[in-house]
Amino acid sequence: MSPETRAVQAAVFSTQHSGLVTQYAMRWGVIIFPGSCDDQDVFDSLKVDLRQTVKFLWHKDELAGNYDCIVLPGGFSYGDYLRCGAMARFSPIMQGVVKFARSGGLVLGICNGFQILCESGLLPGALVRNAGLQFVCQQVHLRVEETDTPFTGAVKKGQVLKMPVKHGEGCYYADPQTLEGLHRNRQILLRYVDVKGRATTAANPNGSLENIAGICNKKRNVFGLMPHPEVACSRLLGSEDGAQIFHSIAAARTDRAKLHG
Amino acid sequence: MRVKIFVLLKNGVLDPQGNAIERSLHSIGYEEVHDVRVGKYLELDIDAPSRAVAELRVREMCDKLLANTVIEDYRFEISPES
Repeated sequence: MSPETRAVQAAVFSTQHSGLVTQYAMRWGVIIFPGSCDDQDVFDSLKVDLRQTVKFLWHKDELAGNYDCIVLPGGFSYGDYLRCGAMARFSPIMQGVVKFARSGGLVLGICNGFQILCESGLLPGALVRNAGLQFVCQQVHLRVEETDTPFTGAVKKGQVLKMPVKHGEGCYYADPQTLEGLHRNRQILLRYVDVKGRATTAANPNGSLENIAGICNKKRNVFGLMPHPEVACSRLLGSEDGAQIFHSIAAARTDRAKLHG
Repeated sequence: MRVKIFVLLKNGVLDPQGNAIERSLHSIGYEEVHDVRVGKYLELDIDAPSRAVAELRVREMCDKLLANTVIEDYRFEISPES
């Protein structure tokens, strides 16, 4: 769907969207790697569905300017050569993203973005080939496990969100020690569940360890998830649940702006 | 110098490709096959003043890029001739 079509349809459905209610003007940056394919979807959902200020960032550029949240979108950066996300990690902009994250900036990695964050060492563990070997493209239900993060703060603990997944390498893996750390620091934010919120084997689309769909770092400012919140921000697309992730981020930054001016 | 690098998923990391290949081999009559693991094999030429330096550099590039040591193990062989 072209941005123009999206804009027209969003206008038609405007009674259903109030955008994100923020007193603070969020600055979002969406990175384009060679082979990114969800960059435009992230941009459109933020700009059209949620009426946010968004800029594209080119992977070869330095990360310059002030941003509240940097999004690493889905796709097949560098053709997924060697391993998913392995080469994108060395893009010039990623050095800036690592610094940005270390200084407390919010970083959201979706799908291939999640893989890049794991490869970069910003998130623990790795994403490997789906256990069933097939590419999965379907709606999934996700249970929100922790809400004391900037990415899930506007959601209720235990709430079930509906979003799509589309990936071939989304099976989350971590060694036992790393997994224990994830538990201890409550870094598992999303799990694949059935419609009733039960983390069953059948509800796990890719064989991820403990049905893990999304994790954050210890400092809780970097979040990676395999499902796609950006294509679940409009009733037209079957779900608006993804907007709750973006809403959480905007709300967290608004609170911070109130505190720090 | 010519370098041969072998990258393989660690024991304990699920290898669905290996499992599928194992099932295939069984179905065509090779039932004696077990524990199939699929990995990567890379070859490259490297200019280095000594074998020790080459080893150091190759180990570094494996740790940084060629293998993800969270899920993969690697080993390599260096031969003098390209």
